Amino acid sequence: MARMAGRRTLFAGPVLLVVTFGVFAVAALSPFDPVKAYAGTAGLTASQAELDQLRANLGAGPPLVQRWWEWLTSALTGDLGTSAVMRQPVSDVIAQRLGWSALLALCAFAVAVLLGTGLGVLAARRQGGPLDRAVSALAYTLEAAPAFWLGLLAIWFFSVRLGVLPSGGLTDAGSDVVTAGQVARHLVLPALVLGLSQLPWFFLYVRQGVADALEEDPVRGARARGLGERRVLLGHGLRSGMLPMLTLIGSRVPELITGALLVETVFSWPGIAAATVQAATSVDFPLLAALTVLATAAVLAGNLLSDLLYGLADPRVGFDG
Amino acid sequence: MTARTVRGMARVAAAAALITSVAACSAPSGGAAAGSGGADPVVVGMANEPETLSPLLGYGKDGNSKIFDGLLTHDADMKLRPALAEALPDVSPDGLTYTYRLRRGVKFSDGAPFGAKDVLFTYRTILDPKTNNASKSELDAIASVEAPGDDTVVFTLKYPYAPFAERTVLPVAPEHIAGKQDVNSGGFTTAPVGTGPYVLTAWSKGEKLAFKANPSYWGGEPAVKKFTMAVVKDDDVRATRLRSGELDGAILPPNLAKGASADGARKTHTAKTFDYRNVTMPTGNAVTGDTAVRRALDIAVDRGAMVDKLLDGAGKAAYGPVPTDSPWFTPGTERAHDLARARKILDGAGWVPGPDGVRAKDGVRAAFPLWYTSGDKIRQEHALAFASDAKKAGIQVTTESGSWEVIEPRMKTDAVLAGGGSPADPDFDQYLTLSSSLAGDGFNNMARYDNPVVDRALLDGRRSGDPAARKAAYDTVQRELALNPGYVYLTHIDHVYVMADRWDGPSTQIEPHDHGLGSGPWWNIESWKPKQK
Repeated sequence: MARMAGRRTLFAGPVLLVVTFGVFAVAALSPFDPVKAYAGTAGLTASQAELDQLRANLGAGPPLVQRWWEWLTSALTGDLGTSAVMRQPVSDVIAQRLGWSALLALCAFAVAVLLGTGLGVLAARRQGGPLDRAVSALAYTLEAAPAFWLGLLAIWFFSVRLGVLPSGGLTDAGSDVVTAGQVARHLVLPALVLGLSQLPWFFLYVRQGVADALEEDPVRGARARGLGERRVLLGHGLRSGMLPMLTLIGSRVPELITGALLVETVFSWPGIAAATVQAATSVDFPLLAALTVLATAAVLAGNLLSDLLYGLADPRVGFDG
Repeated sequence: MTARTVRGMARVAAAAALITSVAACSAPSGGAAAGSGGADPVVVGMANEPETLSPLLGYGKDGNSKIFDGLLTHDADMKLRPALAEALPDVSPDGLTYTYRLRRGVKFSDGAPFGAKDVLFTYRTILDPKTNNASKSELDAIASVEAPGDDTVVFTLKYPYAPFAERTVLPVAPEHIAGKQDVNSGGFTTAPVGTGPYVLTAWSKGEKLAFKANPSYWGGEPAVKKFTMAVVKDDDVRATRLRSGELDGAILPPNLAKGASADGARKTHTAKTFDYRNVTMPTGNAVTGDTAVRRALDIAVDRGAMVDKLLDGAGKAAYGPVPTDSPWFTPGTERAHDLARARKILDGAGWVPGPDGVRAKDGVRAAFPLWYTSGDKIRQEHALAFASDAKKAGIQVTTESGSWEVIEPRMKTDAVLAGGGSPADPDFDQYLTLSSSLAGDGFNNMARYDNPVVDRALLDGRRSGDPAARKAAYDTVQRELALNPGYVYLTHIDHVYVMADRWDGPSTQIEPHDHGLGSGPWWNIESWKPKQK
């Protein structure tokens, strides 16, 4: 198991290298101009000479490979460069925002996994029953609903109609200290929306996995031996039904990141996702590259995690397979 | 998160106060908090967030930045008033030297004294080629800035530039802080220190900017002690948060503003602006380069319908860069919507209708593309309305959308739905968009308009120190634009804000095209008082 983790980590290095180069190459090909993005509306009244000076200052001149190499070598020494669009060091941008995004993503993930598993087991127990039919229908609807739309719906219902939950921000808009209580209240809607948008996959996988397991011989044997329903369902059914879901956990990571993008925008959540969009449309190379490394690392770690979990849940799976 | 949550116990009290005040905001009467006096925080919703708060990189260049002061500032009527200078500048008879005497005893919010060295530092840093300030051409007239004493600053200009004093509203940065770091990315760009009425207490990027009153402000401590600007990009979400009582005020599109102020606890503030939308008529295009086509389109467009239908009435018909209610406007240059005359002009110039209704002359079809920036709904609607009006006159306009990167290479021959406008001085906008010397220079003079009479008048307007001569010069420009429009000006767009009705003081200034944090009913928040019941 340690060997597999080690090998994967070694493999991650070259993958990240290729991915960052890819980002530089794609960004260089994109029609967006970093100088115009930097200047904003002021660029519309600036003279050509000034725009040229700005281009030289921003380091947008040198060829692609040279820029990538310069970024890479200084990144390896711990200097991630300066984000042009945020007017501050990249490490500051990430430090200020990453924590909030991670908090949101983890809470959403917990909602999706726990709620999805629970409902999945209950639905599998009585397949075709009223609960199963209701939740399945809901799951298919959620699967098709964009997170953005869910977010607006949640704001309309909980903030405007009921007035029970705040509709955006990290804390109340008038407050300038960050307290745990306020963050918790403000986290509810975005985490719920992001979690719900991920829920169908977990629910459907668990439901199918558990239902299949309940049909298998060991379960029938266990039932025949007179074991309690609870024990059968959780000990046998869930254990083998979990297997496909564990792989799913890792593979949902990229989806979670893109989902967070929309949810953070709707709820004015000061996370990293909103910065990613800005970095991309402004061709802010240093920020974009650093964020891509982070996202790639998250996906690789997600895959590793799901493999490890799978191995733990099913001893028959070899780690070096 | 842990590091931040351990920050002081006082926040429990703050949170309690906050919950009370939020409850008060959402109470229908809206008056419950009036008794608490100035402790009441003001929370407003903004659509856009600044990238930086450093004046050295362009923040607050048009004045009114709340954290900073300029040498001069604007009053409600956009007249210049002294701020960090104790009086308006002394201008030498040749218009080349501007001398400012500085206000004494002013301190930055960190306690350090303000002096001439800070003014020199600010202007010299902005003019430094290594500083990434995209607006530095606005200070192009400066040859040098010197301080003969600690309370005097002298600007020497390269050429006589009448509106120069208007440029000195730009905020002054403290040399003892900003001078010690990288001007393009140092901590000062996100944690500014100034002399202004408010002090930035927190900037959670993508979420909000929080300010508190500066107790040692030279103009007196503001009554509104706390001021927050929440960043809410989506119009609908902003309107929703306003109605749920979380925001006291917000900028809104006119149609959403109607609903938000319907319950009486909020008031709609409509700011008059110089913010125009126009269509460029590039001289490099065989169709739009023809004066007859320009004149025909100029009267074929139904400006009144655009104001009523596209802007919900929140705007005015535009006949040039200057709005009709400005003292700089030239009465008599209004053009009525007259489709019959537009057709007659085209007939007379040899543009003959073809079988498909589109005119042609010497084998050239009267057709051209019109670009607008994708995602901008107001520009899109203006473009579509323009195309439909042009069609009635027999000219085929094809609307296309794209980003500026796509549009820029086509500006020489294709029409663009553009916007602009600067209320401070007619020179600011008109010289850049109409002077033939700047044709195609960056985004300046996009239409490559070339009219010697206008060129002459623009130079007279910027060089003459005599207000009457300046007015005559800009009258000439507007009359020339009526005879040979380089652009078809469509509308001037009002900016609409909705604000809770709990203070005495909210009003609006005349606003520019590009409105920063200082525009809106809160432009003078430092002088607001809680409403007496």
